[in-house]
Amino acid sequence: MDFSYTEVQQMLQDSVQKFVQKSYDFDTRNKIIGSETGYSADNWQLFAELGWLAVPFSEEDGGLGGSAVDLMVIMEEFGKANLVEPYTATAVLGGSLVANLATGEQKETLLRGIIGGELQIAPALAEPNGRYNPASVATTATAEGDQIILNGTKIAVENGPNADILLVSARESGEIRDVDGISVFAVEAGSPGVKIRKYRTVDGKQAAEVTLDQVSVAASNRLGEAAAALPGIESALNRSIVAVSAEAVGALEVLLQKTVEYSKTRKQFGTAIGTFQALQHRMADMFIQCQLARSIVIMAAMSLDSDESSVEKGKAVAAAKSRVGKAIKSVGQESIQIHGGIAMTEELDVGHLFKRVTALDLAYGDGDYHTQRFAAL
Amino acid sequence: MNADFTAEELAFQDEVRKFLQNEFPADLKAKVDASVRLDKDDMVRWQKILFKKGWAAPTWPVEYGGTGWSHTKTHIFATEMGLYGAPEPIPFGMKMVAPVIMAYGSEEQKQRFLPDILESNAWWCQGYSEPNAGSDLASLKTAAVREGDEYVVNGSKTWNTLGQYADWIFCLVRTDNTVKKQEGISFLLIDMKTPGITIKPIVLLDGFPEVNEVFFDNVRVPAENLIGEENKGWTYAKVLLTHERTNIAGVPRGKRRLKALKRIARETEDGFGASMLQNASFKQRLAEIEIELRALEYSELRTLAALSVGKAPGPESSILKIVGTELAQKMDEMFVELAGYNCLPFVPDQFEPGFDGDAIGPGDSASAALTYFNNRKLSIFGGSNEIQRNIITKAVLGL
Repeated sequence: MDFSYTEVQQMLQDSVQKFVQKSYDFDTRNKIIGSETGYSADNWQLFAELGWLAVPFSEEDGGLGGSAVDLMVIMEEFGKANLVEPYTATAVLGGSLVANLATGEQKETLLRGIIGGELQIAPALAEPNGRYNPASVATTATAEGDQIILNGTKIAVENGPNADILLVSARESGEIRDVDGISVFAVEAGSPGVKIRKYRTVDGKQAAEVTLDQVSVAASNRLGEAAAALPGIESALNRSIVAVSAEAVGALEVLLQKTVEYSKTRKQFGTAIGTFQALQHRMADMFIQCQLARSIVIMAAMSLDSDESSVEKGKAVAAAKSRVGKAIKSVGQESIQIHGGIAMTEELDVGHLFKRVTALDLAYGDGDYHTQRFAAL
Repeated sequence: MNADFTAEELAFQDEVRKFLQNEFPADLKAKVDASVRLDKDDMVRWQKILFKKGWAAPTWPVEYGGTGWSHTKTHIFATEMGLYGAPEPIPFGMKMVAPVIMAYGSEEQKQRFLPDILESNAWWCQGYSEPNAGSDLASLKTAAVREGDEYVVNGSKTWNTLGQYADWIFCLVRTDNTVKKQEGISFLLIDMKTPGITIKPIVLLDGFPEVNEVFFDNVRVPAENLIGEENKGWTYAKVLLTHERTNIAGVPRGKRRLKALKRIARETEDGFGASMLQNASFKQRLAEIEIELRALEYSELRTLAALSVGKAPGPESSILKIVGTELAQKMDEMFVELAGYNCLPFVPDQFEPGFDGDAIGPGDSASAALTYFNNRKLSIFGGSNEIQRNIITKAVLGL
């Protein structure tokens, strides 16, 4: 039993920390969010140079063979910095969809582009009526000669506005929520019939609603086999859930730390508010929530790195997302409450972190959804 | 990063499992499974079996007859015991007073007291709390006045667990009234047969006198029973309170009870044509409990891993105490919920040794409410959960 980081993980953590400290303060982040693309292309190139974009991929796929624990290390630091660059969309979820589903030839181009920092990906999985269930796919894929015609609507498409490629889940056969019949297609963002309605998310990221109206793609744009993508999607989602959960753990830790610091300096009734037991115990509870969230994310990451069954992995991941969701609500809300009015303003980073963790709670299924999933598995 | 046991640790786990299957007496196993309380003889019998195996005191150093196990092996042992339902030793001798005697007692005291604790020849109880000294323990008033070779003790102690069985009591007593309250306390060992001691049972909400009040009326205690120096008792007491909080989270017991909850839920109708296990609301809450147990288990493992590389046990044990007890209490609620009307019969006798009548209610459902009542103690004793939050506040948050 050993819960310490390896030397490589330690180095990874140091390098992300160094980047964040040097190039990602509050004002810089705000400038990035306000820019045309809403992310920094320079940062993205740096991520590629530092190898961070290669971490999620196996060595045979041209990556660094990073484990889920490695990913956890990176994401926690990103979470502390409230980073807006589309790492999860492109490198984790997008990249894992490609790695899990694509043929060798498809991987060749797509993964090289992702790892090199030249390609932005937007996984387009969620639908208006599907909630968080990846099998709830109403978007259709119909063969017409050598072409596939896609029709449907995708929501909450992270990185949609900047993506070169959309990875669209669509149904080739069966009824909505059927396990079989789903494929994933690589669709160029500029294809005729693809309409991308951009928006900025509440937590400062870029996303879009995407409609596909008679979009025609070559059959060779289908990643891997036809109508059998769901297990690969679920496995990619598992990884992404661990990633965003680790991101939340990092953000929650900062919220706790900032709240405690503030309570030491903010004076009311002639004394620091941190001397009030009513607040002390709530901060102690925030600490407990942070620790439990961290423990269960470690458990889930180790489970993904183990040779457990896919059911066990699914349970571990669902447990983590469920528990982290609880921590997000309590630590997030308490950090605002204990700061008081100042945390309601845009000028303090606490509110921004609160918004981020709220979005992370929803990402790939909220706590209730994953509690149900845990119970059903 | 990994949570795996080594081959040696796995072999040990296997050895413990086999030992429990072969050596934990079947009649005790039946009692535990039926929620029947173990009596003194049961507990002493089991402790002596462990002693014979050399496993009576996993947390003691080898020189005193301990096992010399690593933190991980100790954890494995406690886990397997908990999963099997074998009771942990009553902590007052083994886990509380013994470490204090080892650290601060004289050579003579060590030889006199430790072997009997190890062999379960002597039953110890705790004399800490007083009617007016609970969470604020240092305000205790029971006085010990030195007269020649003796201390004369007057006062009373309360919440004295299972003192009705005890041969000895370790007490915090006031030996100086003129200094700061923490600096006038001494640590005294008292023979329960000494004249002037009376013991009055306190019946708790479940109908069992699990705790007592102990009164001291001019009780004369040999001065050689003082541990360490006079007026240094508070320091020793704090060591005792933080010492070896192994298994404080109660994960193995939690796992056992989760299994029982699932079994009972499967056998219980929800009144709407499904079982409680299929009932949407109950199912959701059961899943939350199971998830919390995982989070707790990995928090404990992280603490254990830190201990294993030589880090001191820190305020993490406060987290484990708070979360573990709150989770146990949530499970108690769910047992009550499953039992429904069947938890109403108040027939505590049927969960006492020797009961041979017809039990009322199916299975152990009638014990659900009693356990629920009794376990409200979990968040109160051992430093209330509010005190644990104070510890986190000071030690971790620096407030």
